[in-house]
Amino acid sequence: MNIPFTKYTLDNGLDVLIHEDHSLPIVAVNVWYHVGSKNEVPGRTGFAHLFEHLMFEGSQHYDRGYFHPLQEAGASLNGSTNADRTNYWEVVPTNALDLALWMESDRMGYLLPALTEAKFANQRDVVLNERRQNYENRPYGLAGMAIVSALYPPDHPYHWLTIGAADDIRAARIDDVKAFFQRYYHPANASLTLAGDVDPEMGILLADEYFSEVPRGERPGPVDVVPPQPPGEDVKLVLEDRVELPRLYMAWHSPALFADGDAELDLVAEVLASGKTSRLYRALVYEQRIATEIAAPQNSRELGSFFQIVATAAPGRTLAEVERAIMKEIAVLFERGPTPLELERCLAQAEAHFLFRLQTVGGFGGKSDQLNAYNVFLGDPGYFERDLIRYRTATAAHLRAAAIKYLQPSARVVLSVVPRGRVALALTGSRSVAVS
Amino acid sequence: MPANRTQPPSLGPERLFTFPQIHRTTLDSGLRIWTVEHHQVPLVSVLALIPAGASADPPDRPGLAAITGDMLDEGSGDRSALDVHEALGRIGATLELDVGHDATVLGLTTLERNLDRGLELVRDMLIRPRFEQREFDRVRDLRLNRLLQMKDMPPALADRAFTQLLYRNHPYGHLPIGSEGSLRGLMIRDITAFHRRAYVPARLTVIAVGDASHQALTAAIVRAFEGWRADAPDAVPEPETFPPPLPPASRLALVHRSAAAQSELRIGHVALSRTSPDYHAALVANMILGGQFVSRINMNLREAKGYTYGARTAFEFRRAPGPFVLHASVQADATADALREAIGEIRAIRGDRPVTRQELELGRASLTRGYPRSFETADQIARAAAQLSLYGLPDDYFTNFVPRVLALTETDVTAIAAKHIDPSKLLSVVVGDREKVLPSLRALDLGDVSDVSVT
Repeated sequence: MNIPFTKYTLDNGLDVLIHEDHSLPIVAVNVWYHVGSKNEVPGRTGFAHLFEHLMFEGSQHYDRGYFHPLQEAGASLNGSTNADRTNYWEVVPTNALDLALWMESDRMGYLLPALTEAKFANQRDVVLNERRQNYENRPYGLAGMAIVSALYPPDHPYHWLTIGAADDIRAARIDDVKAFFQRYYHPANASLTLAGDVDPEMGILLADEYFSEVPRGERPGPVDVVPPQPPGEDVKLVLEDRVELPRLYMAWHSPALFADGDAELDLVAEVLASGKTSRLYRALVYEQRIATEIAAPQNSRELGSFFQIVATAAPGRTLAEVERAIMKEIAVLFERGPTPLELERCLAQAEAHFLFRLQTVGGFGGKSDQLNAYNVFLGDPGYFERDLIRYRTATAAHLRAAAIKYLQPSARVVLSVVPRGRVALALTGSRSVAVS
Repeated sequence: MPANRTQPPSLGPERLFTFPQIHRTTLDSGLRIWTVEHHQVPLVSVLALIPAGASADPPDRPGLAAITGDMLDEGSGDRSALDVHEALGRIGATLELDVGHDATVLGLTTLERNLDRGLELVRDMLIRPRFEQREFDRVRDLRLNRLLQMKDMPPALADRAFTQLLYRNHPYGHLPIGSEGSLRGLMIRDITAFHRRAYVPARLTVIAVGDASHQALTAAIVRAFEGWRADAPDAVPEPETFPPPLPPASRLALVHRSAAAQSELRIGHVALSRTSPDYHAALVANMILGGQFVSRINMNLREAKGYTYGARTAFEFRRAPGPFVLHASVQADATADALREAIGEIRAIRGDRPVTRQELELGRASLTRGYPRSFETADQIARAAAQLSLYGLPDDYFTNFVPRVLALTETDVTAIAAKHIDPSKLLSVVVGDREKVLPSLRALDLGDVSDVSVT
């Protein structure tokens, strides 16, 4: 199982990866810029994402919006920003590959001449509405902000979510865009993947034709942060929200993306909460029926991850009961680790998910996105097989050790989200937090 | 040498795309077996189409089809609920169950080498569900909790109110999940009876798409299902026979949500069915009006005004006429303006701003040039094939899609918009803060604002 590729670096530093797959007459174009909200500073949060929006508003040589010519060519396209990176992609019919590369290279090279105050003000409003829709006006939508601001100190860029603070978005200025573009949006900080109906020589020629004129910039280098210390004791918080059922969030610091322990915690997450036979689902939702839903993601990120357990209390049940039941299962895991059957099931699921990723050439999580992820984070687009080996070589003892090392009861941030006016439903000793 | 940047490059010649071939077999029991070879990845997707969804719910039991579907994986044959999921996990299978208005679809994707084991699980879930009381009680509680949580979710509130007000007592007049009152009244025997009526071989299509030959895929399905014999005592209703719903009682409804940062909007009316000859023209009209990013409504509400993160319209095609509907979540202080602009766009496409040549070409091109993309994964192909089965579309449907769309003119598309979109019939639902939005809503020319609480 792997994703074959050809890699070529243009003179200006742009990495070009080509994966050939002629099953359909389509090509995925995928560009990663190694910049995200981790490159922001306090007071200017949300900027990387706001910037992403501006990339769709036209560039010097085609200033009538980014979508029009591509949708007319039959493309699907989108972009996204997270803490670590920003990606942009198109999936185009083969005959529109030139068009997509022309458009992507034009906004990489010539965004600023087309930028106006009117566009900037409009997209600031759109982003504020995105924030209202997906965070402010959504049940439990602000919980993530409360969690990360308690896990990370104020000067750590994971202290805020990528969407940023509303006041910071309002305070953003067009001059900030220019500085940001010059610092982060250039070939040496980007990676271009073409996957699909394209042969490698042609792909590299086309990439060179459209992108080689974009001037090389200086690689920004890694973000300098002091690794956050786990809290010495339980941090207990309560957030009031417009919800019917109280929900508990627990979060622990955990190893960074691809670091030792990261894959093991992914598998611990599977053992705990993936599917109806997972330990927490089975105990809390299926047998005791004290919770209505449960999730346990290992949120893997470049500067450090966090492992989370989220459970919603069933009507009439308390968060204290839910918390006790979760910690009991964790204690059992500490004691005995996963059984061989559990490990076998989790590995089968993990392998199947690797295979599922090979089904599409483009979009979020398809082969092109995966090649860029390996290239940008590891400098090794051929990491797919080794990535899989991280999971295949994990043993029950490794999983148990990782759980003991990272999921200690004293190192948690625990957030109770409760219906407005019902703070008493939170875990005892929780401190109120306000997020907006 | 820098690239030529005087204008974007034009498109090269189109590459030929051959649509997947569906092989069809029918067992003596009437079960239809469809297979498609798809060799890119060693996976296989199996999909069972049961043409009975929420519109087959008895009038006093909304939610029955959905909870019946939900019970399929809660114990079947020799396996308990947990055993079913252990078996699925051990073959790395993903299981999806969708209950819509017209159909229930059970889908499973797994490694090709696990095809037989996957099919055995699918077979048992479909034909040997245990429907045990304690599992039913738990599943019903989870659905009741879901209904409770939906009270705080503006999109769910808006969908629910829009569906109920638009279709009233019509079989499309409730969401598949049903209502609290109905769920509380359901008994195991309701589920068993519904299963006996709807899950019969003569009504089912089992589709397998994946990395194996037609013969191998067909043989595997035959092995799993050949012993199954069952007749329906009385059939589920056919949506084509439903009488049309009564018109909504009011045109503008408000669901109050205090201090809401945004208003969730639904605007629409009952339109046309999936089997209408106007289908292709309606798709093009929708692309122009609100079906993609560069459509009139999104460009106005998002890109010109900044009222919203995005606005979309769609015809929801079903066996009987489904709704034309606009979805958007807009900032609270722009609620009435957004409604006015959206309705203005809907009015204009069949009024003073008919479809232009450029818009026609853009809409047609987006649909036709992007068409092959929807046949990339085994699951996508299986779901496309299921559409043919559900709506009784011809074998050459995929092949004819592109030429049929390309044959349309701007006059055709404007005429179809005028025929199937009627601004005087639009129902608008607003989920938002009454104090903030009511005065400006009253100023709209939409009649009285009816206060609605969603139950």
